[in-house]
Amino acid sequence: MSGIKEKEQEIIEEFEIFDDWMDKYNYIIELGKSVPEINPEYKKEKHIIRGCQAQVWLHAEYKDGKVIYTADSDALITKGIIALLIKVLSGQPPQEIINADMAFIDQIGLREHLSQTRSNGLLNMIKQMKLYALAFQKSKS
Amino acid sequence: MAVTEDILRKQFPILGLTVNKRPLIYLDNAATTHKPVAVIDRLRHYYESENSNIHRGAHHLSQLATEAYEQARENIRKFINAGHNHEVIFTRGTTESINLVAYSFSKKFLNPGDEILISEMEHHSNIVPWQIACENHRANLKIIPINDKGELRMDQYRELLSDKTKLVAVTHVSNSLGTINPVKEIIRLAHQYNTAVLVDGAQAAPHIPIDVKALDCDFYCFSGHKMYGPMGVGVLYGKEKWLEQMPPYQGGGEMIKEVSFKKTTFNELPFKFEAGTPNVADVLGMDKAIQFILEVGHTDIARYENDLLKYAIDRLSELENIQFIGTAEQRTSVVSFLFTDIHPYDTGTILDKLGIAVRTGHHCAQPVMEHFQIPGTVRVSFALYNTKEEVDALVNALAKVREMFG
Ligand SMILES: Cc1ncc(COP(=O)(O)O)c(C=O)c1O
Repeated sequence: MSGIKEKEQEIIEEFEIFDDWMDKYNYIIELGKSVPEINPEYKKEKHIIRGCQAQVWLHAEYKDGKVIYTADSDALITKGIIALLIKVLSGQPPQEIINADMAFIDQIGLREHLSQTRSNGLLNMIKQMKLYALAFQKSKS
Repeated sequence: MAVTEDILRKQFPILGLTVNKRPLIYLDNAATTHKPVAVIDRLRHYYESENSNIHRGAHHLSQLATEAYEQARENIRKFINAGHNHEVIFTRGTTESINLVAYSFSKKFLNPGDEILISEMEHHSNIVPWQIACENHRANLKIIPINDKGELRMDQYRELLSDKTKLVAVTHVSNSLGTINPVKEIIRLAHQYNTAVLVDGAQAAPHIPIDVKALDCDFYCFSGHKMYGPMGVGVLYGKEKWLEQMPPYQGGGEMIKEVSFKKTTFNELPFKFEAGTPNVADVLGMDKAIQFILEVGHTDIARYENDLLKYAIDRLSELENIQFIGTAEQRTSVVSFLFTDIHPYDTGTILDKLGIAVRTGHHCAQPVMEHFQIPGTVRVSFALYNTKEEVDALVNALAKVREMFG
């Protein structure tokens, strides 16, 4: 199993204990509060991913063959979901990030947050995370 | 028909839905309203027994459809108290109505150095078409600012008006703040400079009576879907004196008198502005929706909705850290607010989980959000079928939100 699939599995198991949506969202909110804040230096226009409703800031660097992401959002639920995305993708090699299907989002019942109509920046954030991975991979070869 | 909740609500089948295992509470009526059975039945009836192309074939069905379509035009003329049927143009909605005027009026009347005035509280649909027109004709777009209550700065408006102002485009009712603008006064002042005024009535039509003669407006636009009618249909009212002089917006069938490759002559009003096969079924649906509004009666609608609005503001004020955006003296049933310590997206997400539909975000009025320096608001907008129990459910849900994020 790839590193990413393993992380996804962990999260799916974590979420299995919630049988009501309120517990689940409380957990996501707590996660949101615990996301390591992005370095304020990166919380700038250049790193912003615009959604019509919530904004996301994303920064990536390449270290020892792995991509390290940090991110932030002005909305807590968005931030909690960001925490999950980072948990899964950060610290993985570019190729795996590019291939990741992020199916776990669906399995833990958060797909609605990745729909176009939410326009909370998450969909574009995943796209941007993959673009970073692609760029790092290119620069490596 | 009186506004008794029971009778009224039964006419809206969708209100029986459940969302996330809870009865739907729909408080997003400024985005679009639901449709009463009479409107839904009208669409069905058209396709089952009248469907055919209009103003063309001389056959029986075509005659039926043409008569119904032109009767709808007459009914809408009465609804807005226009002088002539041919001043009522059917469009796809408010957005298309504004674009039509922005294109055709500007083509004829807008010259380099001229000015168009819009306000800071306009919907994007009443901003972008004017930006495009100004760019095309090298004219300048000027903005009437708002105050912190969400009202137009009339003093500033007076200052901005001049001989260079070719057209003023303002909303009758703001979709993000609920403010009812003093359009009659705006029009009176503009006419001192022979300046035309377009009124965006998208948010006014479902709530307050429209009298284009009393307003003396030059153009008035509204959408069927925001006033209990179908989507994809709307109206442009324009004074004959302008419409006569304006060039067509689109070319095609219906809008021509004679076509040859040398020269085409255009049809008369209103057909000059209705190129192609029109949306007959939805025009008839909109006609029914207007009949529905008239049957309930504007006075009863206003009394009921104002009462609900007042109740909602009172109840919402009980909540901690709530900030209302838009506190104009004159307003319709829109309440925009946010919790100062919770992002509107978070509030909206939890409300949705609780089966309550509201709008969160900038409501296609980004300049308004910029004015108040906020990321967006939670917007609650009522229609005549909403109830105080629904307001109570909203307040309880918001208390839950506070519990979760506070
Ligand atoms: C004030 C205002 N103007 C214009 C529009 C655009 O209406 P439509 O999308 O029906 O063309 C809206 C709808 O959101 C509105 O609220």
